Amino acid sequence: MEDSFDKTILELESRIEELKKLNMKPEVQFDSEISELEKKLKRTMKKTFSKLTPWQVVQVARHKNRPVLRDYIAMIFDEFIELHGDRCFGDDHGMIGGFAMIGKKRVILIGHQKGKTVEDQVKNNFGMASPDGYRKALRLMKLAEKYKLPVLSFIDTPGAYPGADAEARGQAEAIAKNLTEMAVLKTPIIVIVTGEGGSGGALGIGVGDAVLMLSNSIYSVISPEGCASILWRDGAKAPEAAAALKLTAPSLLELGVIDEIIQEPVGGAHRDYAATADAVKEALVRHTRRLQRYKIRKLVEKRYDKYARMGKL
Amino acid sequence: MGWFSKRKRTAPTPVKKDDIWVKCHACTAHVYREEWLSNLKVCPKCNFHDRISFQERLGLIIDDGSFHEFDKDLKAPDPLKFVDAKGRYADKTRQTTEKTGLNESVITGRGKIHGMRVVLAIMDFRFLGGSLGSGTGEKILSAARFALKHKMPYIVISASGGARMHEGILSLMQMAKTCAGIAQLHEAGLPYISVLTHPTTGGVSASFAMVGDVNIAEPKAMIGFAGRRVIEQTIKEELPDDFQTAEYLLEHGFIDHIVQRTEMKDCLYRILQYWSSK
Repeated sequence: MEDSFDKTILELESRIEELKKLNMKPEVQFDSEISELEKKLKRTMKKTFSKLTPWQVVQVARHKNRPVLRDYIAMIFDEFIELHGDRCFGDDHGMIGGFAMIGKKRVILIGHQKGKTVEDQVKNNFGMASPDGYRKALRLMKLAEKYKLPVLSFIDTPGAYPGADAEARGQAEAIAKNLTEMAVLKTPIIVIVTGEGGSGGALGIGVGDAVLMLSNSIYSVISPEGCASILWRDGAKAPEAAAALKLTAPSLLELGVIDEIIQEPVGGAHRDYAATADAVKEALVRHTRRLQRYKIRKLVEKRYDKYARMGKL
Repeated sequence: MGWFSKRKRTAPTPVKKDDIWVKCHACTAHVYREEWLSNLKVCPKCNFHDRISFQERLGLIIDDGSFHEFDKDLKAPDPLKFVDAKGRYADKTRQTTEKTGLNESVITGRGKIHGMRVVLAIMDFRFLGGSLGSGTGEKILSAARFALKHKMPYIVISASGGARMHEGILSLMQMAKTCAGIAQLHEAGLPYISVLTHPTTGGVSASFAMVGDVNIAEPKAMIGFAGRRVIEQTIKEELPDDFQTAEYLLEHGFIDHIVQRTEMKDCLYRILQYWSSK
C-alpha cells in the first residue's frame, strides 16, 4: 500500500535531474527550463509538506533514505569511540553507542541503528533491538553516570524485537529495568526521536530530561498497522489508526510528551542531510548546556515530576 | 382437550453447556464449573490459574475488613478523544464500568496481610483487558507514593494485556511513570513485590511488573513481552507449548517463585516478615 502523496515531487525531481544531465552537453541549453522547474518544485514541496496527513508523516518517518544514526554520528560528532556488548550475552547491532564528542563536549551516545543497505538492515535487525541492546544501552548510561557525562539517546525503531530468543533472554525485563534506572539516573538525559518511535522499543531508551522530535518523525504506543488490525480488524485502515493515535510531533508536544520539535528542511530529512544534522546538533548542544546547569538532585526531581504528570487527569 | 390434539412439548429447556462446564484455557479439558469455582478458578486437571476478579483476589490475600481503597472515583480519561471502528473509547469505558463496576483496570489501597500493613495494587482483566492507561498509571504511582510516604511495602498484582491503545502515547508514558514510582521505592530501600498472574504481557511486563525485588507468578500464567502470534510470524516457526509460561520464566531466571493461589497470602506474609525482622 504505497502512499503516493509525493508523486508530483518525485516526477519534478527526476525531470530536473534529466535536464541537468542533458544540459552538460554543449549543444543544448536548458537553464531557463531548469530554473522554472526548480521553482515549481519548491512551491509544490512546500505546499505538500505543509499539510501532510499523519499517515503521510509515517511514510516520511520510515523513508528508506532517511538519515540513520551512523549518518548523524558522521555529521554531528567530532569523535566516536564505539563500545560493544552488554557484558551478559552479546552485542546488538541494532542498538549502538559509545564515547562521543560534540564539539569539545564529551557525551555518551546511545541509539537505534536501522541501517540502509539490505545487508546492513539484516545485520542490525532493522533497528529492532534485543534485550542485549537495551542492556548495552544501560551499561553505557551507567558509565555516563559514573563519568558525570550527559547521555544523548537517538530513537529510530519499529519496536523491540519480537523474537523467541528475545523473550527467552527477557525483553520485558530489559526494557523495564531501563525505565526504572533512567528515571533516577544521576546525569542529564537528552532524547531525540529521529524517525520511528516504536512503542516500548523506543521508550526503553526514551526516558529523559528533554525529549526532542524531528518534525516528520513519529512516536506511538503501537504501529498504525497493528492498531488497525486490532481495533478496526483490518490492517488496511492504518491511515485511520495513524490519525486516531496522535503520533505526530505536534500532537505529542500538545500532550506534553515531548519538549521540542526540531524542524526538518522542506521535503523531509532525507532530502537534505546537512541541514537536518545542523538543526539536530544545534538543539542537542543547547539542551545539553541547559541541563548541565542543574544540580543533579534537582534534575532528577524535575524528571520524576515530569513523568508523574504524564496523562494526569 | 381432544384426544388427538398435539401435546405441547414440555421438555425442560436444556441447561446451556457453558453453565455446567468450563473449558480450561491451558489444557482445554472440560471441568465441572462448580468444581472449578470451588477450586478458586484453578483447573483441577492441569493447575492452570485462570483470571479472577479483584474482589476475589482481595479476599484471598488481604485480612477481612482491613482494605481501604485509594482513588476510588478516578475514571479512565479520554485524552485523544479516541474513536475506532466500534465507536468512541469514552463510551467503551462507560459501558465497561456499568458492566463490571470498575472505574479503571487497577484497584489500589492499603490493607493487612496477617496483620502486616501493605500498600497494594490489584489489576483486573475485566476492565479493557487490564490494559495500562493513564488512570491505571496514575493509581499505581499514587499508591507507590503512599508506600514511600508511610514507609510501607508495596505489592502489585498484575493481569494485563499491555498498554492501552486508546490513549495512544500517553499509555506508553505510563510505563515510564509507574517505573519512576518503583525507582523511588528502590532508592528509599522500601520493599516492592510484583505478583504476575495470567496474563501479564506487553507494556505491563515491560514496566513495573518485571522489576520487583521479588517477582512471584501463579502457575501456568502467560507472561511475556510480545504476543505469541507476532513472534511466530516473526520467526516463522511454531513455539513450544510452555513458551512464555510462568514455568518458562522461572527456568530462564526472570521470576523467583511460582506460588499456588491458595498459598499466596502465606508466601507474601513470610517475605514481609523477613523484611520487617530486625
